[in-house]
Amino acid sequence: MALESLLGQPLRVVNVGLEVFAETLEADGVSVVQVDWRPPAGDARLAALLARLEDDG
Amino acid sequence: MPVRAVLRRSFYQDSVVLMRVAAELRGLPGVREVAALMGTPANHEMLRSAGLATPALAGATPGDLILAVDAETDAQGDAALAAGGRLLEERQRVREATGRVRPLTVESALRTLPEANLAVISVPGAYARLEALTALRRGLHVFLFSDNVPLAEEVELKRVAVERRLLCMGPDCGTAYLNGVGLGFANVVPRGRIGCVAASGTGLQAVASHLAALGEGLSHGLGVGGRDLSAEVGGAMTRLALEALGADAATEVVVLISKPPAPGVLGRLDEAIEAVGKPVVVCCLGAGSRPGAPGRWVATLEDAARAAAATAQGRPWSPRSFEDAAAVRARLGRLERGAPPAGLLGLYAGGTLAYEARLVLEPLLGPIGDGAGDGHDGAHRILDLGADEFTVGRPHPMLDPSLRDARVREAGRSPAVGVLLLDVVLGRAVHPDPARSLGEAVREARALAARDGRALHVVAAVVGTDGDPQGLARQVEALDAAGAHVLPSNAQAARFAALALAPALAPGLLGAA
Repeated sequence: MALESLLGQPLRVVNVGLEVFAETLEADGVSVVQVDWRPPAGDARLAALLARLEDDG
Repeated sequence: MPVRAVLRRSFYQDSVVLMRVAAELRGLPGVREVAALMGTPANHEMLRSAGLATPALAGATPGDLILAVDAETDAQGDAALAAGGRLLEERQRVREATGRVRPLTVESALRTLPEANLAVISVPGAYARLEALTALRRGLHVFLFSDNVPLAEEVELKRVAVERRLLCMGPDCGTAYLNGVGLGFANVVPRGRIGCVAASGTGLQAVASHLAALGEGLSHGLGVGGRDLSAEVGGAMTRLALEALGADAATEVVVLISKPPAPGVLGRLDEAIEAVGKPVVVCCLGAGSRPGAPGRWVATLEDAARAAAATAQGRPWSPRSFEDAAAVRARLGRLERGAPPAGLLGLYAGGTLAYEARLVLEPLLGPIGDGAGDGHDGAHRILDLGADEFTVGRPHPMLDPSLRDARVREAGRSPAVGVLLLDVVLGRAVHPDPARSLGEAVREARALAARDGRALHVVAAVVGTDGDPQGLARQVEALDAAGAHVLPSNAQAARFAALALAPALAPGLLGAA
């Protein structure tokens, strides 16, 4: 079922990262929400560790 | 050598924005070098090696913006820093003027757009798993552009995706097309009846552009990332994507683009190809032909497009070295001769195109090195300038051609280089006019070689369509005017380069005149 939620359906996009991709999609008339992403405080290894703790929890 | 620098705490900007700022500042009077980047450990290292590190920047974190300028005078350095500040503030102002609230997380973005069905993720690789996992768990398909994602994380993400029957396109997925919409670095191509599954962004771009030239379009182009057919990932996403195109009513013919699958994956891939229930053209670069295997196996990206178009149009097709042998003969006749033949140097922006050129050329010319020009590679070399060793602290050559342009000029001074082989990749979100500066570099390199009494033959292929913002015809014209030989595909360009070096290959490649 999930695959059919994409192919043949209008795209609706959450963009996380390079804003140029959101700009290009919007120019194509695609609904886009740009996430105001920034690196989590602390370093990436710590963020990954926290994410794993969350997974286990 | 005064270095002027500023640090802006908690001021995150993405790498494309920063690249544009740096490019602007490089054009200012007296500016020799510019760094506009976030304070990651890798960027600190880059600043040190570029001689741009200052004590004031030492404490910058990945959330802090660094602007550093090496200029001829302090005043010029300060002027460039001020200009950089103005550019960033202007951007902020435009952004705020839209009045849109920007959610801080994927979760909160879904409150704004609850019917979202796709997450496009291009954060630095170290953070990609977290964002992709959140998206998949919320039922979103994922287009994961980020590279440098550890293999174990890719395995995990794809396992989660397959459990939910969601596509996880990537990591390191450069291009995809969904319902006629291009994602990442995509050429402007028509919609149509050919569906692609691609483990290579530039490979998909090349096939989609050739299909457009052949009057065919894409139903979908599903990226899977370059490691999908590795033993570890096991083709998880390739198999799901093939299944999706098999079930898709708009898709009549399927093309699979990849490097050869790991031996343990081949059996499962064959089963998945068989199960598509539609004609499948398989281009696993380097795998050779596999008579008797499911699908039609072809050797090059161009052949993949030609075989798929012929299948869709109900025409017979067989591979040829050149589409127009007479035109190639005429071109060869016009090449300046005289100097003894020297080596071939391929300078590539597209990794898969570099790989394909090597596959075409090695049977014709013998071994081809891939080193950084230390002279230990033998006569012929092909460099993939998008590879990590060339892009540390630099944008990809598809975004910023200046590094490659410099190497093209350098080749004009080198008696070891007789033929330069180049690719130019067009499309949305890449450089707006790569052939202009490349054409200038080609002209200069050829003039330098001629001054030393040498002929330098420049051979190129352009991946793109007339619908692209750069315009295929305009880009080809600019290279042509600079004296480059532009062939209609990367494989044909590689074969022409071989002929320019070794005319004795002509009977085999061109047949009898």
